[in-house]
Amino acid sequence: MIRDITIGQYYQTESPVHRLDPRVKLLGTLLFIITLFLYKNPAGYALGIVFLLAVIKTSRVPIRFITKGLKGILVVLLLTVIINLFLTPGTELVSFWKFTITYEGIGVALTMLFRLTMLIMGSSIVTLTTTPNNLTDGLEKGLGFLKIFRGPVGDVAMMMSIALRFIPILMEETDRIMKAQLARGADFESGNIVKKAKALVPVLVPLFVSAFRRAGDLAMAMEARCYRGGDGRTKMKPLIYKKRDAIAYIILFSFVILSVWIGRWQVISEFFNSLYLRFILK
Amino acid sequence: MDIVKAENVVFEYIRRDEEGNPTDVTTALDHVSIDVRQGEFIGILGHNGSGKSTFAKHLNAILYPTEGTIYVGGMNTKDDDKLWDVRSCAGMVFQNPDNQIIGQVVEEDVGFGPENLGVPTKEIWERVEESLRAVGMLEYRKKSPNKLSGGQKQRVSIAGVLAMHPKCIVLDEPTAMLDPSGRKEVVRAIRGLNDVEKMTVILITHYMDEVVHADRIFVMDKGRVVMQGTPKEVFSDVPTLEKLRLDVPGPTRIAWELKKKGLPLPDGILTAEELVKEIEKCR
Repeated sequence: MIRDITIGQYYQTESPVHRLDPRVKLLGTLLFIITLFLYKNPAGYALGIVFLLAVIKTSRVPIRFITKGLKGILVVLLLTVIINLFLTPGTELVSFWKFTITYEGIGVALTMLFRLTMLIMGSSIVTLTTTPNNLTDGLEKGLGFLKIFRGPVGDVAMMMSIALRFIPILMEETDRIMKAQLARGADFESGNIVKKAKALVPVLVPLFVSAFRRAGDLAMAMEARCYRGGDGRTKMKPLIYKKRDAIAYIILFSFVILSVWIGRWQVISEFFNSLYLRFILK
Repeated sequence: MDIVKAENVVFEYIRRDEEGNPTDVTTALDHVSIDVRQGEFIGILGHNGSGKSTFAKHLNAILYPTEGTIYVGGMNTKDDDKLWDVRSCAGMVFQNPDNQIIGQVVEEDVGFGPENLGVPTKEIWERVEESLRAVGMLEYRKKSPNKLSGGQKQRVSIAGVLAMHPKCIVLDEPTAMLDPSGRKEVVRAIRGLNDVEKMTVILITHYMDEVVHADRIFVMDKGRVVMQGTPKEVFSDVPTLEKLRLDVPGPTRIAWELKKKGLPLPDGILTAEELVKEIEKCR
């Protein structure tokens, strides 16, 4: 049961996006998110959507896996939309009791909805197409410049990958402890939420004890295998940029330039703005 | 040349109270002297609390002797400058297979040691392949360690140590947490290392049947070496072994009982085949 939970949400398949260097994907997501905040008109939004759909298509990840990520933030999305809808001052459209909806409010609410949706979908693509391991490697290499400021990038990356390795083991352990406690008559099912939380204490205490023991053992095993921090290590699977990564970078940067250009398209922007407000609202 | 040379090693666990005054001293190792030559298969036997695991940790400079000295590959383990050389000279495999695998893929775990030593990428791949082949795990190289059985995990751990090209390999109860078939697997892999690769092996265990093929055996009790010699010599003395609460291998035990009843059998029969042959001679 509990073992089935997967961390990260890697979707295994063969695609050009899967094979890209994780650094390309990480930088790509960052740039994509930035461009989302540059758009001032529907043409920009359209460009963003087309780009995202094109990436999803090439990644061969079914779209429902990508929209699944939205479910988690549905409440946040609704809240953002409602707050923006009612609290933006401007030209009044309808008004009832204490609430007023303005033209500007609708505009801002839709923009926020668009930005957040795209942001979540864009970042899910990275986690769906990159193994956690690869992602850690990408972060280690991509943030390597922090080493100049004595940032312990290598150590942090090592911690991340060890944490990922131990998640299934600790899950199994939890399962085992829960069964052992159940056999002794523990009750995890009944009662309200406070009672249920309290019932978990006899699971968590042995779990923590064993986690610390494991950590001690592992530290000893790592030392015995000559681990002495991130410096002076070589890589078995170093990240090397390939031709496809260069192509991806070219596509990415042309998209960014295009976005900046379209985002600054003031005249058309105003025309579209008035048009779409009228079209939707009248 | 001796690859491992322990001279009168004493190690004390000192328990202290809140002011830091020693309250209780446990002597885990009591003047232990053990020497191991290149290419030997050494078995160290002992019951729980006999000090055998403490001794193993000394070989890898995880613990330092309170008295006496240990030389590994000619280097004093107390010498801080040589710490990493000592550790790459004597590779160590621990008891719990889950708590010593670092990588998320088998081959990455085997590559962990060489990565730490700063071995160039191309050579890491060669070492990983040869080490996995040596323990018969090459076909599992792309698998996640979580999906392997205990015996397979332990073989991966052995490969991980092999890939560091140590001069000797120390196994601290590698089979204690495994089922019988996993134990057989691991013991076969260890014997293969010694026979085929000529690796010096120090196997620490409390299963006597795992060391019947060893070149020499040391039996430890309460921190002291109480018996040493070839398996034949050590296993001939069944009463002493029983006093030390060690399980004598089945064939040896039967031979000893038969001899007590008057059958003219020689001392130190170790395997079933040997026993059958000797009994047939008696007819």
